[in-house]
Amino acid sequence: MDDAIHLTYPISPDDFTRAGEASSDVKRKLKQMGVNPEAIRKVAIAMYEGEINMVIHAKGGEIRVDITPEKIIMVLDDVGPGIPNVELAMQAGYSTAPDEVRSLGFGAGMGLPNMKKYTDSMDIETTIGVGTKITMVVNI
Amino acid sequence: MDKFYHSVRLDPDLCKGCINCIKRCPTEAIRVRNGKAQINSKFCIDCGECIRVCPHHAKYAIYDRPDAIKQYEYTVALPAPSLYSQFNNLDDVNIVLNALLLMGFDDVFEVSAAAELVSEATRTYITTHRDQLPFISTACPSVVRLIRVRFPNLISHMLPLNPPVEVAAMLAVSQAMKKTGLPREKIGIFFISPCPSKVTYVKSPLGNEFSQVDRVLAIKDIYPQLLSRMKAVGKDYPEIGTSGKIGISWGRSGGESSGLLSENYLAADGIENVIRVLEDLEDQKFTNLEFIELNACNGGCVGGILTVENPYVAETKLKRLRRYMPVARTHMSQEAEELIPWTTGVQYEPVFRLGNTMMESFTRLNQVERLCKKLPGLDCGSCGAPTCKALAEDIVRGQAQETDCVYYLRENLHRLSEEVSTLADDLAAGDRGGQETLRILKEYIHRISDEMSLLDGQEDDGDKIASQSTDTSSSGTSGSEASGAEASGRTGAVRNTVHQQNTPIEEKEDS
Repeated sequence: MDDAIHLTYPISPDDFTRAGEASSDVKRKLKQMGVNPEAIRKVAIAMYEGEINMVIHAKGGEIRVDITPEKIIMVLDDVGPGIPNVELAMQAGYSTAPDEVRSLGFGAGMGLPNMKKYTDSMDIETTIGVGTKITMVVNI
Repeated sequence: MDKFYHSVRLDPDLCKGCINCIKRCPTEAIRVRNGKAQINSKFCIDCGECIRVCPHHAKYAIYDRPDAIKQYEYTVALPAPSLYSQFNNLDDVNIVLNALLLMGFDDVFEVSAAAELVSEATRTYITTHRDQLPFISTACPSVVRLIRVRFPNLISHMLPLNPPVEVAAMLAVSQAMKKTGLPREKIGIFFISPCPSKVTYVKSPLGNEFSQVDRVLAIKDIYPQLLSRMKAVGKDYPEIGTSGKIGISWGRSGGESSGLLSENYLAADGIENVIRVLEDLEDQKFTNLEFIELNACNGGCVGGILTVENPYVAETKLKRLRRYMPVARTHMSQEAEELIPWTTGVQYEPVFRLGNTMMESFTRLNQVERLCKKLPGLDCGSCGAPTCKALAEDIVRGQAQETDCVYYLRENLHRLSEEVSTLADDLAAGDRGGQETLRILKEYIHRISDEMSLLDGQEDDGDKIASQSTDTSSSGTSGSEASGAEASGRTGAVRNTVHQQNTPIEEKEDS
């Protein structure tokens, strides 16, 4: 994996206006690489959901993306409260987003389920009070 | 038919090689090479942004001259709704329509009338295809072209219906042929357009094999001719208008959506805003939307570069004009129903791919990342590319070199002169054999002067780079090739792309 393309995007907390920048940049690169549109779509949706999650729930963090000719690996590493019940969080519609976030149209409880739905594999490592690391893979 | 036909062109004689257009082009299609701008025909979407910003009027649009009307036995004018918004105190569209007849057209067919049919067809299409929501408007040719090259995942969301101008042209042709008995080629269908993007559409339509529009005239050319004739229309004139509020509203952003009689729409105008909406749409940021209306120009069609009035003033005039109009006056017929759907699909054109295969593209993307770390990141544009990243992409495509970056060159010069000074110190201290050190010293000075000449004479050197870029371009059709064709015979290039029954759009320079 030495020739993988390594990208790092810092995510600042509470900044909704910048959410989506990382996914836009990755999309642009995947299009330049000639990756099939379906894989691009999956990466775009999963990554945007992930970015928004980090903005809403965590105190920021960073997204690391590795692109190889076979797959795209996205690691979303945040400094946040952790997810107390991963099984519950994976249920569609379950949300712990505060009201002010919901009033912005976010927090529908579809974040994690969508990330799982649009990726080929998803792994969650979470520690209460420390943070969450989600690794998603989309095969090309 | 040329897949990448363009109505937005460059006049190299007027181009000063400044960076205004490269900075503002929304698809990064322009590079300054050899002291002149070049438009990459694969990236360009004919939005006309460069025509707007060029301080030297070196960008122009091509369209027909009004006297082309003499070349047909029977002519029909198709006024765009935005035409009505250009006049002060106009309270009846019929005055404009009658003035068009006085100008010499045999008949008029309002694009706004056809727009009401398209609105009706869109409403039906949305209700019968709810599983594919949302739909993106396909009325603005620049937006369709943008999606075709940059948003492959949104192609299936494009509304597969002909734009009003095409529906108007098809209906006008059939009416004229019935009325006159003339063969198709003796009838001239003239669209009076707010923008060059429609010229592109007519020459190389997407969604249809060819367009029934024969000629495209600019609103700004027709405007002065209409003014005098509108006075001549007088107070007693026949009512020939057949459109209402819905049709007229298509001239401004949000108009097409309002014709859908639904609240679940989004309307964005201005090419940068359009791109942002498409990006968000691709990330599935929006939910519960049925329709996305996108117009490349600020304010919608009233903001087209071939109009005369300020787009926001024009929008107000349009609102005032439609105030007392009925909602819609043109309704679906069986003939129209059959004419409205697209007959061909739109294919994704991956023009932004860096290489020919995925492996090649991947390797080049990796090189771009490394180059970006090396380049200063100032996006100064001095190299002729809009950003350092764009320069890096050009370099890996073989269309530019690292030495195109003035900062890179400057650093090189610093390094060389430091080495020269070390050598000179050595020589003075007598550490080395005199002759050999002198030879090396001379060589370094040579290299410095070579690099200096790169900085001074970008023009002489640019020749080499430009010709090289055409040869090594991975795709084979780079911007330089397109501009080469233009230089060798602009009219010829246009003539090739004209569909069977028509004579070409005549070149007319515009700035």
